[in-house]
Amino acid sequence: MLLSNLKENQTARIVHIGGNGALRRRILEMGLIKGSEVYVEKYAPLKDPIELIVKGYHVSLRVEEAAQITVDNVK
Amino acid sequence: MNQKRLSIALAGNPNSGKTTIFNNMTGTRQKVGNWPGVTVEKKEGHVKKFGYDLKIIDLPGTYSLTPFTIEEIIARDFVLEERPDVVIDIIDASNLERSLYLATQFREIDCKVLFALNMADVARSRGLKIDGKKLSELLDVPVVFTVGNKNQGIDTLLEKAIELAESNYEIPQKRRVKYSKDIENSISSLKSFLENWTQGSIPYSSRWTAIKLLEDDKIVKKRVLNKAGENSREILQQARTHRDFLVDRFDDDPEIVMTDERYGFIAGIIKEVLTASTKQRIDISRNIDLFLTNRFLGFPIFIFFIWAMFQLTFSLGAYPMEWIDLGVSFVSKSLAHVLPNNLFKDFLLDGVIAGVGSVAIFLPNILILFFCIAIFEDTGYMSRAAFLMDKIMHLIGLHGKSFIPMLMGFGCNVPAIMASRTLESEKDRTLTILITPFMSCSAKLPVYIVLAGAFFGARAGTVIFGIYLAGIILSIVTGRLFRSTLLRGADAPFVMELPPYRAPMIKSLLIHMWDRSKIFLKKMGGVILAGSVVVWILSAFPHNILYSLDYNSEIAKVKASYNAEIETARESDKKRLAKKRDVAIAELIKAKKAEKAEKSFMGRIGKMLAPVFAPIGIDWRGSIALLTGFVAKEIVVSTMGILYAADETDDSAALKNALLSSGMTPLGALAMMVFVLLYMPCLATVAAIRRETGSFKWMIFSIVYSTSLAWIVSFCIYHGGTILLA
Repeated sequence: MLLSNLKENQTARIVHIGGNGALRRRILEMGLIKGSEVYVEKYAPLKDPIELIVKGYHVSLRVEEAAQITVDNVK
Repeated sequence: MNQKRLSIALAGNPNSGKTTIFNNMTGTRQKVGNWPGVTVEKKEGHVKKFGYDLKIIDLPGTYSLTPFTIEEIIARDFVLEERPDVVIDIIDASNLERSLYLATQFREIDCKVLFALNMADVARSRGLKIDGKKLSELLDVPVVFTVGNKNQGIDTLLEKAIELAESNYEIPQKRRVKYSKDIENSISSLKSFLENWTQGSIPYSSRWTAIKLLEDDKIVKKRVLNKAGENSREILQQARTHRDFLVDRFDDDPEIVMTDERYGFIAGIIKEVLTASTKQRIDISRNIDLFLTNRFLGFPIFIFFIWAMFQLTFSLGAYPMEWIDLGVSFVSKSLAHVLPNNLFKDFLLDGVIAGVGSVAIFLPNILILFFCIAIFEDTGYMSRAAFLMDKIMHLIGLHGKSFIPMLMGFGCNVPAIMASRTLESEKDRTLTILITPFMSCSAKLPVYIVLAGAFFGARAGTVIFGIYLAGIILSIVTGRLFRSTLLRGADAPFVMELPPYRAPMIKSLLIHMWDRSKIFLKKMGGVILAGSVVVWILSAFPHNILYSLDYNSEIAKVKASYNAEIETARESDKKRLAKKRDVAIAELIKAKKAEKAEKSFMGRIGKMLAPVFAPIGIDWRGSIALLTGFVAKEIVVSTMGILYAADETDDSAALKNALLSSGMTPLGALAMMVFVLLYMPCLATVAAIRRETGSFKWMIFSIVYSTSLAWIVSFCIYHGGTILLA
């Protein structure tokens, strides 16, 4: 399942980061790595971007960026 | 007493409170500039403590030290090449795990580094307990707890930094980031290879160099090529072999695997060092965001904050603006009495002082705008604004962070363009800078008011609103156009931290505000002053003009004839006659001024350019006015006032009447307003564009593009309108 498919208040675990180049590097250095747990805090009023909690802090990314991240263990 | 000198670099993630600590350490003894050759801010300061003279350098905030973004390159290069005596990594204690990603990279460089666990109070209140001693042990790095915005722990931090700098620090072999077996084998192998083949010609730690080569770090590769001479090919070949092996082994790039493993190593540290209280603590920041990024309340609240910012800028700013205005005219009038009537006096009063006045009058607005920006940034609300606006901005081809800078353009383009530094990607920055001038700044408003007021009467307000809207629409169109042509390329990642809300320190806000305003005064101020003087020179010369009428003798004649009448008139009539006399003399003086303006160099240039403006319905007077608008847009109105022989005040009925009887049509007025909206921005803005894009190329492009667009759109309006109305 893709991170961009998650709904508000769901939790999941990251399985794979797709894409390459600047976006992938950025996602990784912000702590969104394989095995990290993410919590979907909310979607912005215009439904984009998404606010997540990962590694104890809040990070936001566009829906199209979240679509690069595969997750499982959705709760 | 000769004090010992040390250099200390401050590094850390964005939002870690690094700047507050820097400000606290250095106070007003800081120097702000740019890192050489780039438009990234460099801050340096000094502090004398414990008998040392400490130079503190504020490195750009980064999440990592890869060789990809300009900020990371600057930070890493500074540590590697300039070799500060100590590096202090400022860590947000509430964000330990992610922050350690950068911290471990500093550790790997093997420089003298110590950690400041900042905002320790917030971490405590969130129930997080960090065992500083254990952390220090595990990474073999001194650790100090600080609360930056309460000025706690700073002295200890400096003390420990000095201690570290003076100690004989040996690179500890055991306490460091350890990777998995295959990677460690490659590293050791490459490390020995390096040591044998370069014999110290590479100034970095061999283990670190080996790691970077395995990561295919292009900057390190280039340096190895430069420094290792003939052996470099062998070395790079070895690195390549190991890399290929690892790619095969892990089915992924080594740098990705190593990132994973770094975080794994960090996770291990966190387990031993961090305890989170099980009691559910109230997270104030999260609660605030329940409102500020709420699906229904988020936008209204955002609009309110923006409204408040402009209210503050214009309403509050009006008072000091008036005082400055009074002050300048007081100085001017006093000097007018004292100095003899000569050319130098005119130069001083109408050129220099008027020029200085036009810079100074901006200052209150600028200060307030910068102060508001500082509040948005320091509290953390700025990222929420980007979060709310990104969807819309992205449709234009921009980043959510572009919104606030562009919005500021409605106040003044100069701070707006300077504020675009918050954008990380150079393309985003350039694009934002290029379209910000279409946000109609407040200096253009007087022009609209005069023209719309004269020609559109009751509908003036609607017309002016239409002009603003046109500016916004054209900026969107231009943005999309440039994004798909000149500034093409992949979108920069949006991935952005939403830091916890913090109460800003007044001292910090004021320093922020003052730093940027100082840049405005020094750089743009000089340019505006020079421009004003040039305009004065062009308007004042040639000095001896052949007037169509001998004004001086005419004035004398009028005076004499009226005064004679007054002598013989009845008491009740004397006042009325005196008034008539004064009005007649004033008319002659205005006509003289108008003729002087027409026949000066400025006037001649304007008349030469008149054919360019004729097709868009603007006459030679309008051309001159628009030319003077290059210095500052407000001058357009005062120039028109002089040329139409009206008063020099902004919206006098005299000017409106003069315009109406000059042969200008409503369509012509509309064309002129649109031209003013779009054509090349004022000198200060042009200077800001050059400074923030770092090149003359974009500055010139901006001038050419905006003026051409102005002409084309005005042309379409003038002729299109004529056709429609016929």
